[in-house]
Amino acid sequence: MMTRKLLPLMIGALAATPAMAETEIEFWHAMGGALGEMTEDIVSGFNDSQDAYRVNASYRGNYNDTMTGAIAAFRSGTQPTLVQVYEVGTATMMAAEGAVYPLHELMAAHADGFEPSDYLTSVVGYYADESGNMLSFPYNSSTPVLYYNREAFEAAGLPDRGPRTWEELEAFSEQLMDAGYACGFTTAWQSWIHLENLSARHDVPFATQANGFAGLDTELVFNDELQRHHIAALGEWQEEGIFSYSGRTNEGSSKFYSEECAMYTESSAGYAGVNANADFAFGVSPLPYWEEKIDTPRNTIIGGATLWTLRGHDEAAYAAAAAFLSYLSRPEVQADWHQQSGYLPVTHAAVEKTRDSGFYAENPGTDTAIEQMTATEPTENSRGLRLGNFPQIRAVIDESLESVWNGEASAQDALDRAVERGNAQLRRFEKANER
Amino acid sequence: MHDKAVFQHRLLPMVLIAPQLIVTLIFFIWPAGQAIYQSLFIEDAFGFSRDFVGLDNFRYLLTDPEYWASVRVTFMFSGLVALSAMALALLLAAMADRVIKGATGYKTLLIWPYAVAPVVAAVIWWLMFNPSIGIVAAFMELFGYRWNHYINGGEAMTVVVIASAWKQISYNFIFFLAGMQAIPRSLIEAAAIDGAGPVRRFWQIVFPLLSPVAFFLLVVNVVYAFFETFGVIHATTLGGPGNATRTLVYKVYEDGFVGLDMGSSAAQSVILMLLVIGLTVLQFKFIEKRVQY
Amino acid sequence: MVEKRPGLTLLRHLVLIAGILVIGLPIWVALVATTHPSSAFLTDLMPLWFGDQGLGNFTRVLTNEERVLGVEVSASWMLWNSFVMAMVIAVGKIVISMLSAFAIVYFRFPLRRTCFWLIFVTLMLPVEVRILPTYDVVASLGMLNSYAGLTLPLIASATATFLFRQFFLSIPDSLAEAARIDGAGPMKFFRDILLPLSINNIAALFVILFIYGWNQYLWPLLVTTDEDYYTIVMVIKRLMTAGEGNVPWNVIMTTTVLAMLPPVLVVMVMQKFFVRGLVEQEK
Repeated sequence: MMTRKLLPLMIGALAATPAMAETEIEFWHAMGGALGEMTEDIVSGFNDSQDAYRVNASYRGNYNDTMTGAIAAFRSGTQPTLVQVYEVGTATMMAAEGAVYPLHELMAAHADGFEPSDYLTSVVGYYADESGNMLSFPYNSSTPVLYYNREAFEAAGLPDRGPRTWEELEAFSEQLMDAGYACGFTTAWQSWIHLENLSARHDVPFATQANGFAGLDTELVFNDELQRHHIAALGEWQEEGIFSYSGRTNEGSSKFYSEECAMYTESSAGYAGVNANADFAFGVSPLPYWEEKIDTPRNTIIGGATLWTLRGHDEAAYAAAAAFLSYLSRPEVQADWHQQSGYLPVTHAAVEKTRDSGFYAENPGTDTAIEQMTATEPTENSRGLRLGNFPQIRAVIDESLESVWNGEASAQDALDRAVERGNAQLRRFEKANER
Repeated sequence: MHDKAVFQHRLLPMVLIAPQLIVTLIFFIWPAGQAIYQSLFIEDAFGFSRDFVGLDNFRYLLTDPEYWASVRVTFMFSGLVALSAMALALLLAAMADRVIKGATGYKTLLIWPYAVAPVVAAVIWWLMFNPSIGIVAAFMELFGYRWNHYINGGEAMTVVVIASAWKQISYNFIFFLAGMQAIPRSLIEAAAIDGAGPVRRFWQIVFPLLSPVAFFLLVVNVVYAFFETFGVIHATTLGGPGNATRTLVYKVYEDGFVGLDMGSSAAQSVILMLLVIGLTVLQFKFIEKRVQY
Repeated sequence: MVEKRPGLTLLRHLVLIAGILVIGLPIWVALVATTHPSSAFLTDLMPLWFGDQGLGNFTRVLTNEERVLGVEVSASWMLWNSFVMAMVIAVGKIVISMLSAFAIVYFRFPLRRTCFWLIFVTLMLPVEVRILPTYDVVASLGMLNSYAGLTLPLIASATATFLFRQFFLSIPDSLAEAARIDGAGPMKFFRDILLPLSINNIAALFVILFIYGWNQYLWPLLVTTDEDYYTIVMVIKRLMTAGEGNVPWNVIMTTTVLAMLPPVLVVMVMQKFFVRGLVEQEK
């Protein structure tokens, strides 16, 4: 305990001796476990790289704890300069114009050589305003992919690749079950993968007003033909055993590790976990699409979190924040983070650097997510989602989908109900944030 | 309010009572007032805009089928917890009441779960019911039943009820046992002489005499299930699947701390306060009765 | 004497033993789980007999050198936090309740009735119903992530005050009269007469309140974001969701055993006071 507290202080004291005018800023993040250690390493890398600024990183619990903690701190005037906020909190942060310092303004004022075109459009687009200006820094982004058990595929006489389409996935699953596997596939994050990304991939809107990017008066429309078709299919598959629902977050991984289910749709950032826990050879393939619905699927959208700069600090603090964010954008920092964590790199240079280093060749499947993200230019429907009260809407969707999986409701009824209740949440948000 | 008031002092009693009063005012009365105030506004998360909306938050809640679903879930959950914990405790107390050998040993082995935090109990039961590796789930599979509390709302409810009732059995046991031991032996012996068997004696003499205790325990158990089981839900089902286990207290937390909807959360707090006031009045009615008893 | 039936007595013992086994099953499961590696919980049935890890999991959790808990702080530090929280709440509640009961019973002062009712009202406002506004108040007082923030909002107690009031009322008036005639001041009377007489009540209340404080979950969850103030009970939930889908059941169960051990020991050791405390509190 003591050493933990004292050591950084002592190091800080030593480091601070030569340059007395060091500016310190607080950075709250939600990266626990191994990701937390990597984040701390990046931060100390930055602190060691120069002596004008010092970033104090502190882990504040899960995404929700971190965001509510920062908001509560803002209300009492003790907010950090930088805070990590998950993608569903984006609309809340954006709507609070007086609370956030948009990234493009911050960088324009405090950093040299900030070039928006260095960044991957499909990643930063999610967090940009109507005219494409970046509002926050996409620190950790991921996108859904499909993991498959190569040994199971071989045993079932399947080819050594994941199913390209949902139609194919059904056929593969049947063959796997004939070979004695308990289920075809399971999933993590059902709303994100099977509604939000499903819509983007098929170039169908999830909500009006450009998925909420164009205004607070957006309305959910994910109860359309495509989504009904997909959810109804999943419902039938659940009944037949092809699909096996395992929970709202990533509980499904245990069914994949235990070889109960030979396929698993999960975030690309789950790679490290799968790699560590699967006792079998596995492959990574792009998220399937419905062949009967679209010929060339669009890009998928991202999840994860970004770093927001909060108002209420002095210019020196913002200079420090800008310097830190510039450091994070460096190709070598980005490439390291991408390769270690499994999150997407945010700059073209980092992708190039990683490819040149031979990382993708050595770790097949790690580039699946990037290719899937960058294969097509994002459309209005595949750019991202900007919805207020999104955590509640996700919960509403989770509930509705669960009622389909357990056979209580039809896909149509469940989606209609989710849309209706989700819209009520959007109206509350609109009311709270209109000025 | 009767009193002794033997000491004459003006300042000293104020000093003595000050700590309690200060804590009460700052951490109880002020927040309660704040809840009532906030319940009349819709506010954005950062507190930039605050619109007075009158009773709109209440109207929104009371017309929201989800809120009523949560009310139903809460009552069903509390009822099940209270009844199962009381029934088992009554059975065990009836057995222990007449046991002479090893009575203290039994008692010791039955009361310790009271000390276990609800969330701790929940996590252990959650593991035991785990559909892939849990012992209870495996046991049911022997009978061809596939348990999955991630999908089936009734099963999820069963797990949280068992986890919550488990520690409450101890509490009820202590009170039932004390109640039974207070019943004069002569009453029971008289009935035995009249030829009543043990089962009839229990239902005709012991049980009616225990009814005030049972009523008191019902209120205590319901209050427990209402307010102290947040950890059980939060550590296991998170209110799901669907909304099958989202109790009112969990919903206050979810809307306030996850959803950052201050107005709705405050309005729900106000409704809960009214509910506690009702329950407290009920409890006091009972105490008055017992005093006469 | 009521008739003796050996069959019936046997049945009673059997039911009681069955009850103890069913009630004890979770503890068995938890204890067994502490002796296995996490890989034992991936597939098939969970282990039902002790494994080969011995007390290794306890050492790993208590020191947390390998960060098995997913946080920086160790279980021993969190046990300490829980202990501080439970002690401050138990002792604090007893002290302020005794003082206010003393004031209410033995003095006449302005607004006495109002004070009494204000304290009574706290009975109707458990922290669970005033979550958000209490959090706001604590935040605006700058008490998030502090022992004060963890304990003060829970420290007012109407039940304890009523218990002491009830007890003081049952103490013969002659004692106080005698003290007054002897020229003893009120505080001397409190210290020399009331305090020793209340010792049993204090012990009984202490057991109940210690458990109450130790087992707090929601409140520490809200007011602590700094690991240095995590309690052992609240960290369990973090463990459930920390892993990459692979729940470390052995670590979780080791932590649950550590979290339940102190309060269970208090109940077992102080059983008499505990039962008395429970029954008294509801009078």
